[in-house]
Amino acid sequence: MHKFANPTFFMKIANGIFPWATGISILCFAVGLPLALIISPPDYQQGDTVRIMYVHVPAAWMGLMVYGVMAASSAVFLIWRHTIAHLVARASAPIGAVFTALCLVTGMLWGEPMWGTWWVWDARLTSMLILFFLYLGYIALGDSFEDQERGDKAAALLALVGSVNLPIVHFSVEWWNTLHQPAIFGLKGFSVNAAMLQPLLLMVAAFQFYYIAVLVIRLRAELLSAKIRTARFNLAAAE
Amino acid sequence: MENLAQYFQMGGYAAFVWPAYGLGLIGLVGVLWLSLKSWKDAEQEFSGLKSSRDDGASS
Repeated sequence: MHKFANPTFFMKIANGIFPWATGISILCFAVGLPLALIISPPDYQQGDTVRIMYVHVPAAWMGLMVYGVMAASSAVFLIWRHTIAHLVARASAPIGAVFTALCLVTGMLWGEPMWGTWWVWDARLTSMLILFFLYLGYIALGDSFEDQERGDKAAALLALVGSVNLPIVHFSVEWWNTLHQPAIFGLKGFSVNAAMLQPLLLMVAAFQFYYIAVLVIRLRAELLSAKIRTARFNLAAAE
Repeated sequence: MENLAQYFQMGGYAAFVWPAYGLGLIGLVGVLWLSLKSWKDAEQEFSGLKSSRDDGASS
């Protein structure tokens, strides 16, 4: 596993995955969007507002998953000091923050016509909002130290501590009373009709591969920024 | 044509469904664009630094 810590080796694999991830994401969007917006039926209770689910649910799942990736990579960074693991977490944060924001906003757009309110301070919505603030905190903390290494460690610790929130988000609909519907995916499988499950899974795949493709682009930028810092330091030392 | 207008009304929920997809598009395209921009900017800065280092080495 430790050979993945070598940035050159890691990026060789990441660059190899990039065109596939991009292609699969575009393909899933191309098939999933018409299914979600045109072909899938309206819900017998919620009417056409159910189409919001095809953006809301993938965004929610990705918001949680990306934070999971960040927490796991931060743990690897803190234990083994693998810089590439920290760069994966750092590059993931803005993407995860956008997924979470998208989940919150589309949830409000779905909540108003169905629940009669844009927002309720219940466990699911509040824990998701906390997840969004954890993302923002991670992004802000990493750049708020003069000593880059201290900032990296503080951000990694925050990512790790914040991961406590992930099971709270997931199980909040079971642990507390809420307006929010139960989880779509549980131990008994999916609780969604097949005609709606197909576009939903395609949109989830589209979001998933979009994340991988954008992560690779951001990793390239992060690695170059690290090289720039080293080159600047060497130039200053030579003067 | 009437069917198309009816479709865009989303059963009376157009004001909720279309903004959800519009914001999704803005969010995803926005992150992609910013990520591509930061990569290209870093690439440009790095090649500038490399050439200034090479100039320094040759002089």
